[in-house]
Amino acid sequence: MIYIVIGFLWLSICLYLVLGGADFGAGIVELFTTKKERKFTKKIMYESIAPIWEANHMWLIIAIVILFVGFPVIYSFASTYLHIPLVLMLVGIIARGTAFTFRHYDAVDDNWQVVYTQIFYYSSLLTPFFFGMIGASAISGSLNPDANNFLDLYVLDWFNLFGIAVGFFTVSICAYLASIYSLRETYEANNLRLMIRKSKQSTVFVVITGLIVFIAAYYSKIPLLERIFGGWIGIVAVSVATIFLPMIYYFIKQRKLIIVRVLAAGQIILILVAATYQLYPDIILLQNGNHLSLLTDSAPEKTISFLAWALMLGSIFILPFLFYLMYSFGRRNARGSE
Amino acid sequence: MDDFIAARAQMAMSLGFHIIFACVGMVMPFLMAFSHWKYLKTGNEIYKGLTKAWSKGVAILFATGAVSGTMLSFELGLLWPEFMKHAGPIFGMPFSLEGTAFFIEAIALGFFLYGWNKFNKWFHWFCGLLVGISGLASGVLVVAANSWMNSPSGFDFIDGQYLNIDPIQAMLNDAWFPQALHMTVAAFCATGFAVAGVHAYLIIKKKNVEFHTKAFRIAVAFALIGAFGAPLSGDIAAKSVAERQPIKLAAMEAHFETEKGAPFVLGGIPNEETGEVKYALKIPKLLSFLATNDFNAEVKGLHDFPRDEWPPVAVVHYAFQIMIFFGMVMMAIGGVYLIAFFFKKEWLTKHWFLKTFVVAIPFGYIALEAGWTVTEVGRQPWIIYGIMRTADAVTPMPGIQYSFYFFTAVFVSLSLIIIFLLKRQIQMVPKLYDPTDPNYQTKSKKS
Repeated sequence: MIYIVIGFLWLSICLYLVLGGADFGAGIVELFTTKKERKFTKKIMYESIAPIWEANHMWLIIAIVILFVGFPVIYSFASTYLHIPLVLMLVGIIARGTAFTFRHYDAVDDNWQVVYTQIFYYSSLLTPFFFGMIGASAISGSLNPDANNFLDLYVLDWFNLFGIAVGFFTVSICAYLASIYSLRETYEANNLRLMIRKSKQSTVFVVITGLIVFIAAYYSKIPLLERIFGGWIGIVAVSVATIFLPMIYYFIKQRKLIIVRVLAAGQIILILVAATYQLYPDIILLQNGNHLSLLTDSAPEKTISFLAWALMLGSIFILPFLFYLMYSFGRRNARGSE
Repeated sequence: MDDFIAARAQMAMSLGFHIIFACVGMVMPFLMAFSHWKYLKTGNEIYKGLTKAWSKGVAILFATGAVSGTMLSFELGLLWPEFMKHAGPIFGMPFSLEGTAFFIEAIALGFFLYGWNKFNKWFHWFCGLLVGISGLASGVLVVAANSWMNSPSGFDFIDGQYLNIDPIQAMLNDAWFPQALHMTVAAFCATGFAVAGVHAYLIIKKKNVEFHTKAFRIAVAFALIGAFGAPLSGDIAAKSVAERQPIKLAAMEAHFETEKGAPFVLGGIPNEETGEVKYALKIPKLLSFLATNDFNAEVKGLHDFPRDEWPPVAVVHYAFQIMIFFGMVMMAIGGVYLIAFFFKKEWLTKHWFLKTFVVAIPFGYIALEAGWTVTEVGRQPWIIYGIMRTADAVTPMPGIQYSFYFFTAVFVSLSLIIIFLLKRQIQMVPKLYDPTDPNYQTKSKKS
């Protein structure tokens, strides 16, 4: 049963990253667009995310619930020592979620739009940044519960070179996903060319920030290279993700845009697998060499088994309904509606 | 500010904020679905406009409720890590089911908001209704987690260890049914009165009178369920508290000395040191009757409990009085409405009648927040009643006060923006939603 729960945890984190991440990316892409192109970028971005955006963010809640029901020790540990970045990420989630809705549902179209839009942009940027930082500090062994001063206990464990690098990497991943996904919502040839250009730019950013992550890991003495390339899973994952890249651009040329979406999401999941597979079942590493493990630091068997049943039952209801939602509001279907 | 107090204040504020949106999310979709059903049955375009207008309100409030709910799921750990470490596996079952309900709510809302003229009309209608059903289910499930804190079960507490955990038994704790029932009814009451009041105001202002009258009628119907259901469910809740948490009941009533045939204390200023209640109105034997159905039964007083297990008596007592007062007023207003509806039709359009509803806009929410305060503050000093003290659960991280100030600012500004947005939605009723208005635009720029 524990493996089912771990599977769901992994799935919901992945889905949050590839679906919710793309929502954040939409704000980031819009932010880094020239004024002239902003209006239609906004429209495309909106069309690709509006009906399902609330649902995309549910994955985070599912992940958190799994953590605090199934792995309460890990949950309370992380929320104690990563209190500050979690709060900052939460502020981003609140600001982004509300600003996105407000800018669409404000019945009057006036200067207030500028306010919502600015909040939307910067919270779209900050949330994945802190999300990346939190992930980085969990796996980099920088958490230090033995320290006895505020800075070491609550700040320096996440505010460090590697954390910042991973934060930027996460931001560029989000922008990458958003620009690739949005191709399918772009109809006019000129606009499509522009969005393809944006996809190329964000690809470059992903590669650059990815390299920076490795450099930061090297300087922070985090054995990231060994972790990724030290086993066949990592080598395969990285190779497949790399092969996907030319495939993505080939299928963009062919205008097979659903395949493009799937490949891009697959790349991100492969990167996540490559970076973490050697740690499994550990999820948080500490400076003193201890670690918190999904297998040993889990809730009692009975809780885990009920949780697994709840998740399986839940997905019977959720998944078909969710796929139908995504299918219904896919390309052109959305046209002519409200 | 002390870190512990700051953590409690932040939690109270977050919950107090979230509860408003959660309740709207539980009830508003039913109003919307009802109006939608009227439209599908009668073909009257006003009902369609009304459905759309309400659905925009639902979208704004749902988004706010969703983010404040997300925030709470983190805050439980950010502020109370020691509590979550032990309680998570025990009371987590309703949360994992609630995740499903909430997810379905979000998907159904997506279908409903963006699905006009795209799906079978009854499928579309059902999605709107499903938003309400799953919203209600979420609310009831979350209350199961809270009621567990008041009535912990599903584990054995031996030498500080939480053993033999049974999440299902924990979910089916004794306090769940009375609390969930009272909460649901209160949500209908609060949302119904608030919506009815807003539309009553617009009728008085002679704006889109037919539109707002239809809206007013639907909202009042739902408010009535709450207005009459709240005292009944409250009675069940009070009896359950008397049985499970006699100290909470004693604090609610500022009842210091154990006595037979205890009086019901209305109002008054309780003094914890002297054990006196000044300026109160005492109704003989009523407390005994309300708590046990027997006028002469013994009701335990606060002095029967150790001093360090008392909740803050004054806060709990005042909150309880406020809740009862507004509950009674709303029931009276509901009664007047029924009289008007069945016997005095002419009252329905009178200004004094509509103005009563305008004044009552916040009443339901005041009662709701007060009732919540009774439950939560009345449980203190325990976070798990009788098992873990709140002070032992708080995070070791210092400086929580800054987080409290910060989130206060966030919540205040969010509240202001939401009021502003809803006001603008209402202003646009003639243009966007009322098809009988001369200014109505069939093709609006923003949909």
